[in-house]
This record gives sequence, C-alpha cells and structure tokens, in this order.
Amino acid sequence: MGKLIDLDAMRDAELADRSRRTHRALVCSSTGCLSAGAAGVRAALEEEIEAADRAETLQVVPTGCPGLCSRGPLVQVEPRAGPATLYAEVDPDGARSIARDHLLGDGTGDQVAADVEVVPADLPFFAHQTKVVLANAGRIDPDRLEDYVAAGGYRALYDTLTTMTPEQALTAVERSGLRGRGGAGYPTGRKWRLLAEAPGDHKVVVANGDEGDPGAFMDRTIMDSDPHRVLEGLVIAAYATGAERGYIYVRAEYPLAIERLERAIRAAKRSRLLGKGVLGTDLSFDLQIRVGAGAFVCGEETALMASIEGRRGLPQLRPPYPTERGLWGEPTMINNVETLANIPAILGNGPEWFAAMGTADSPGTKVFALAGSLVTTGLIEVPMGISLRTIVEDMADGIAGGRRFKAAQTGGPSGGCIPERFLDTPVDYEHLRALGSMMGSGGLVVIDDTVNMPEFARFYMAFCRDESCGKCVPCRVGTVQLHALLDRICNGQGRRRDLQHLESLCRTVQVTSLCGLGQSAPNPVVSTLEHFRDEYEALLVEEPVPSAVVTGDAS
Amino acid sequence: MSARPVPPTPPAGPRSARPTVSVTLDGEEVLAFPGETVLALARRLGVPIPTLCQLDGVSVYGGCRLCVVEVEGEHRLPLACATEVSADMDVRSTSSQLRDHRRRIVALLFAEGSHVCAACVASGACELQDLATETGVDHVPYELAFPSHEVDASHPLFVLDRDRCVLCTRCVRVCDEIEGAHVWDIAQRGNDARLVAGMDQPWGEVASCTSCGKCVAACPTGALYHQGTASGERRPDPELIAFLADARGGVWEQRDNGAASQPRDAAGSHEQGTTP
Amino acid sequence: MTTSSSRRPRVATAWLAGCSGCHMSFLDLDEALFDLAERADVVFGPLADAKVFPTDVDLTLVEGAVTNTDNLELAQAIRANTQVVVSFGDCAVTGNITALRNALGDPSELLQRVYVEHPDLAGVVPTEVVPDLLPKALPLHEVIGVDVYLPGCPPSAARIKTALFALLDAIEAGEDIATVAAAREPGDLRFGN
Repeated sequence: MGKLIDLDAMRDAELADRSRRTHRALVCSSTGCLSAGAAGVRAALEEEIEAADRAETLQVVPTGCPGLCSRGPLVQVEPRAGPATLYAEVDPDGARSIARDHLLGDGTGDQVAADVEVVPADLPFFAHQTKVVLANAGRIDPDRLEDYVAAGGYRALYDTLTTMTPEQALTAVERSGLRGRGGAGYPTGRKWRLLAEAPGDHKVVVANGDEGDPGAFMDRTIMDSDPHRVLEGLVIAAYATGAERGYIYVRAEYPLAIERLERAIRAAKRSRLLGKGVLGTDLSFDLQIRVGAGAFVCGEETALMASIEGRRGLPQLRPPYPTERGLWGEPTMINNVETLANIPAILGNGPEWFAAMGTADSPGTKVFALAGSLVTTGLIEVPMGISLRTIVEDMADGIAGGRRFKAAQTGGPSGGCIPERFLDTPVDYEHLRALGSMMGSGGLVVIDDTVNMPEFARFYMAFCRDESCGKCVPCRVGTVQLHALLDRICNGQGRRRDLQHLESLCRTVQVTSLCGLGQSAPNPVVSTLEHFRDEYEALLVEEPVPSAVVTGDAS
Repeated sequence: MSARPVPPTPPAGPRSARPTVSVTLDGEEVLAFPGETVLALARRLGVPIPTLCQLDGVSVYGGCRLCVVEVEGEHRLPLACATEVSADMDVRSTSSQLRDHRRRIVALLFAEGSHVCAACVASGACELQDLATETGVDHVPYELAFPSHEVDASHPLFVLDRDRCVLCTRCVRVCDEIEGAHVWDIAQRGNDARLVAGMDQPWGEVASCTSCGKCVAACPTGALYHQGTASGERRPDPELIAFLADARGGVWEQRDNGAASQPRDAAGSHEQGTTP
Repeated sequence: MTTSSSRRPRVATAWLAGCSGCHMSFLDLDEALFDLAERADVVFGPLADAKVFPTDVDLTLVEGAVTNTDNLELAQAIRANTQVVVSFGDCAVTGNITALRNALGDPSELLQRVYVEHPDLAGVVPTEVVPDLLPKALPLHEVIGVDVYLPGCPPSAARIKTALFALLDAIEAGEDIATVAAAREPGDLRFGN
C-alpha cells in the first residue's frame, strides 16, 4: 500500500520546481508527432541545454497532443512570465535554433527562433476551442503524476470523496446532462443510475478505449496525453455507482496509450489513488487494463465484455443489459473514454458549469478528429452547437489544394455524409441525426470534389464487411453483398436492378442486424444515395456483357 | 461456444399451471404462460414464424434473425426466440416488411454457400430448402459466392461439407451443452467465419469427439451427414435434442442449468466475483 | 404489353447449359400439351423446328445456365425478342449443377490439362465447333433481365402447367406479369426436386 498522497504538497512542490525555470519547452510526444520525429527534436533540445549546463533552469517536457497535428512536430516554449510561443514543423535543427535563440538566449529577452515556423496565437484553429477533456493535453507530461496534480488533477476526486455522498456525485452527473461520447449519445447519468441501482457487491465499471472508427483518434489522444484524467473519471464513477473494480479496454493498436495508462495506474496505486482505501477513505477500487486483439466489433459493449472475459468478441443479445448482467455475470457499466474524461471537470466545477456550455440537449464539448482534404487537420475540442462551417472554413482553413468542399462524414463507418448546403448545421446529437448522420465518436472526415461518392461508400462498406463478427446473417452476408453491389456500380457494371437491390438490402441489414455494426453499416450508402444519388445513377448501365471470356486458345 | 448460455426455453409450464399473460398476437387476444417466449407461444397456437438457428433443448443464439417480429411501441424488431411475453404485448408475427426481410435473409444464405439442392444429401429434408419455399425465395438476387471449402471426411462415421453450413451453431451448442464435448466452434470472423473441430483439426483427429452423432442429427442442412449418404437420403432428427435435454435434466425449471446464478462459461473460465 | 388480339400467343423454349430434365418435365404435361397446342404456337426450341430465334415471341421458358458464348448469344436474342422471359429450372435460376464448375476457378487450366497436356489428343484446345467458355457458369438473370422464376430440378409438370397457363392468361389479358408472379402461392416454389 502506498503512501497517501498530499495533493497540495505535490502541487506546490511541482510549481516551485517550475518557478526555478526561466523557460519550459513542451515537446509534443503524442503518437502523431512522435512518428514525425518528435523524439529527435526532444533529444536535440536536451543536448543543447545539457551542453550549456542549464538543466537546472530550463526544462524540456514531453507532453501530449496540443491538437495541431498537421503542423507537427510541435514545440511550445513557455517563459516563466509572458506569453508562450508555439513552434511548428520542428526538426532537430530547428530544435537547436529554438534552444539557442529562445531558451538560452543572451539574457536580453525572449528571442523567438527566426528560422522555425511560429504559429500565431490567435489562430482560428485554437480560437474557437473550449478545452475540457483536452485541457491538459499538450500542457503536461502524461507520465508524471506530479504534472497532473499541479494542473489540478485528483482535486475533484478528493472533493467528491470527502464532501459528497455517492448519491450526490451521481446526481451531479445526471444534472450535467452529459451524454455518451462514443457515438450513441445515451445520457451518462442515466447509465450511472442504472448501475448504482443494480444489486450486488461486485459491480464493474469499464472505459471503452477501443476507438475503431477509421480516422478517429480522440480517445487515443486523451489516453496518451492525459491518462490520469481517465483514471480519475473511473474512480469517481466507481464511487457514485458502488463499483469495486474497473477495466480500461484499449485497442492493441494504441501501444503508447497502453504504456502511459499502465504507468499512470502504477503511479496512482503508489499514491493510494487506486486500490484499497482510496485517498484514505473507505472506497476501494481496483483498475486493470485489457488490450484488444484487432477487432472493431469489440467496441460494441457486449463484444467488449466477451473479449475481456477471454472469449470470442461476439455481441450478445440484449436484454440482459450489461448493468443487469455483465462481466462474469456482474452488473457492469461501460463508458467511452471521452465521456469519462469529462467527469473530473463536472465534479470539480459543478454540473451547472458544464450544462452552460454547448446546447440544451447536448451540453458540454466534443472532441473532433479532423481528417481528409482540409488545409489543417488535427484534434479540436469545441462546444456543442458550433456550426460545421466554422470548423471546416475557419478552424481547418478550408479545403486543401484549391479544391471544393463536397461533404463531411461524421460517425465514420456508421455515419452519414453532410453536403455543402447543410454546412451551417449546428453540430449536436439531434441535428446530425436529423441529417441522416450521427455524432459518432468524433471522427470528422472532409472530402473534396475529386471524391466519387459511390466509391466513398464502398470504402466504408469494405471496412464493415472486414470487421463483421460473422454471427448474424444480415451483417455477415449482407455487408459482403452490399460491397459487391457497390463494386459493380463503381466498376460500371451496375444495372438499375442492382441499385434497387442495394437500397432494399440496406434496409434489411439496418433493421435486422444483431448489433450496431451491422445496423449502421449501410448508413454511408443510404446517406450518399440521399445526397448524391445522381452519382450512382450516372454509373448505371443497361446490361453489361460478362467480361473475360475464356477462349479455347487461352494461354 | 463463445456465447454465455441463456437458459433454454422451458416447455409451456407444468401441467397444473395456466397461461395468464394476456398478449395480442396478430390482432387476436391470447393467453401466454409467464416466461414463455413469443416463439413458443406462436408455435403452441400454430402460428408459423420462420427459424433456423433456434433449436429446442439448447441455448438461444439469435444469429439467423429470421424470427424477427413487430412489437407495438418498439421501433426495433425483436427476435421471437429470445423475447419473453409481457403483459399487454402487441405482437405481429408477419407483415409485408417482415416477409421482405425474411426473404432477403434466406436469399443471402443461398448466396453465401453452395446450396445445390439437386445434388444434396439433405434435399427433401432440409430446413434451408423449406425456408426458401416458406419465405418466397424463387431466385437469388445477390452475387452467388460459389465457395469451395474442402470437405472434411476424416471422421469414420460422419462428413462435414462447409459449403452447406449456414453457421447456425446448432452443432456447436448441441455438442457443448448436451454432449459436453465441445468439439465444434467457430473460427475467424465475418465472411471468413467457419466451423472448426477441436483446435481446427480434421474432425477425425479430435479426441474429444464421442461420435454420438447429435451434431449430425441437429444440423438443419446437408453440412453434417453420415458417411455413405446419397442425394436426398439424409434423415435429420433435431427433436432428439429437446428430448435428451428434457430426459436428462428433468423438467427444465428444475434443472440447475447454472446460467442464472453462476454463468458456466463454455470457454472454461469459472470466475465468479473474484478479481481475475 | 399484350398480344394483338388477332393472333395466337407465340411460345418458345430454350435449352442452354442444362441437362434437358426441365424439358422432359415439360413433356410430362402429357395431355395438357394438347391444351397448349390449342392455345399457342411453339415457335422455337428443342420441340420446334427453327434454327434462328424468331421475333415477336410472347413467352420463352429458358432452361439451363449461361456457361459459354453460344448460351450468351441465345440468351440475348431471347431477351430482345420476348415479352416474358422465364428462368426455367434451377440451372437457369441459380446455376445449379452446371455452376458447380465455378468452385474450380478459371476453367482455362482445366482445358489445358485435358486438351493440351493429354498425350493422345491433338494438343490444342478446340475452338472451331465448340463455343468459348465464360469464366463462370451464370444464372440467367445475371446476363439478361428475367421476368419470372420457376425453380425446381426439375420443376414438376404440375408446377410447369400452373405457371405456363397462368402466364398465358395474363399475357392475353394484358396484365402486369410481375403482379401475377407475386400472387403465386409460396408453397408452389421449391429448389431441387
């Protein structure tokens, strides 16, 4: 059992250490920037500082993701006083410039490195954001508990455990209006209430970090940039619902997130933020990580639980619902990572603060992963209700290469495309659903006028077909056939009756599939047919002749 | 079997019990037994609902999706085999949209496998063939896959032809829940999913197979059959499974099927409340 | 579309890549064949004496899958000249036995092994009298639009009779064929025998 943590002392010590530094260089070391060479950038900075014997008064801090991923590797220089400077596309040479000009300087003041790209402070990409779950991303070292505490971490947990009853904590979440950020938007408070009311002494809470949508990396970033936030959210959830243990299910393709979460769990255990007697109270909560094995379907709650139990990741019929009978028969609650990452702020700042952001039905913020034909891509956190146009034209700076906006896909393979005439739509659960799409987990793929919509739909259908678990007929065979029909059409072999079969089979798969994967696999097809039907029609032919006759003298 | 077994549908109550749950089925008010599934109720009243993966005597799987029904007030289509009646439930066993969905599901199965009735051991005694008739499949509007999985004839008594397998998992459940040998399971996912014996070995090499033949009796198509069976000659016996389940366990309600209190995980784990 | 009321319906049958079993079953109509002869003219098929598929045909029953270029040409000629095309029997409806060769993949390998590698034959894959194979044996509706499907291997004479005369009635009355086909009793259909 570790030593009970003293949050104030830890924070004060950390801030005292920082006050000795004239400058801190925050080097983004999240997945994107690392793969672009951030390790070399960090090493160059550290070498320069070491060589100048300034390790006591300067600091290089590996951080998580500030969000401006398309401009990485990113380095943020924070002077002890005064505004910070964000450098973009830094390489080891640029790092040395930053070290010499800015960090080491000649004592006459901050000299911004001349030959390294600087990002203006008022960049629209940042200006429209409201950071709640990403408040620490890019600002703290995810591997240091001290950083998290210095930023106010675990304060909400402490206050909750010492000044609130579980019922009060539960009510706070209900009143916040928080809705599941994994895609469906189910009211989180209601789900917590179901678990709280379930009988039993061995209840379980689970963080769903499977994040399978192509192009989505919101949860990855939260986990690898601010892992303690997820832990804190889980412990609060356990307190409010009476759970005794938890799992974080992370897809195997996120090794950095897994590593950082593991380190965070060890640090938390050492400081009695996990385990028996959390923060010296009666609450006991054990937390483990479970790693996926490459199946998108394991993001579905019941398949996820099967995977944790070591069985094949097949979805189960519901009822019984997880809060009635879940892992090993015990009441279980599964929340998305981003949902849980909202909890410390809600408990810390109060549900009214949270509900005041966003819209009445969709309070709070949402993290979006911007991808596709945009000038600027990366990760943003915006209040619900912001318009799609603001995101696409202001924050992402429009379409790259002088091409034209064609559509924005939200919800990944389960979602729909939103054409230009709906760009002023507020981004919230209800508006997106009304457009035939859905919020989804936050992947926002923007495509330009070079993209052919039937081919676009075919791409997503191929994904669903490859990820289908195979249990139910409409999804297992339906996705194969829908893909084959799309293929025929895209290859100029589609007849009118193929289009008719495409539409009718979409309905059957949507309505009779066992789980959300199959139920939503036809969505991109239905959506592109609704908004871009002419592109399908243009590809139809009368009666194609079967190609490639086998002739007698074939070699 | 990777599914946690759900207790099989008990027969319609001990003789002394009376049906007391008022339900509307296809517009008619009827009385159901408490805990009865919509499917059991429909069958008892002679109302046909197509099924394939459902088998009396083993757990519910819910994979074929043929038994979808319409329930007033629910926008999803629940499964008759997995849905218990509730007071004042208003169910439709058939409708124009249900017929369309069922027909398409059967057509999908025909597209997936190599279902050449003319040359099949099961012709004339095949649930898939019957389903085509029942649901109005008169052609396959989808691309036929023309698969050719290798036939496994390694077992001295039986043969597995995967081209005819509809992945209903009846054999998996029968071997696991009735015989207790768990010879069969499904490997891979999606379109690559297929029935495997043992650790994906030739059936004849799987030591745990007792050659009881119940999987063959339970198979709805010509995928599993006795060696030496010719076209149209197979004689399935799915009712054997319900008989055995009943005969061995006593009346179902009195069986300790275990699933309610202590989930018997077919994968072998018996964790219960401990931190794994 | 209707027949002009002044002329008798023109009926055809065709035998593509099938075993002729469906035609044998057709002949099992027995005395009903006389009823057919009274009502309609059979203008093409194994039971008629015509070398070229004629124009202006009201109803064609097509047996067999489409497995080679000859089948394909005839199928296209049938579609171009027929009002109501019926996929007649399992081979036309799903490919059936004929399509079992599809599981073996590209047939050119097989042709090589049989004709070229075989020591006793001429060493060349025949191309003159024999039509070229398609890569796959296909159901009829994969190459032409089909109006009615009559599965069975073969469909029984009773089923053929019911379908044949119902279709003739519908054609003569100018009814929509799709409606007539949809009104069929489900129990009438069966794959296999």
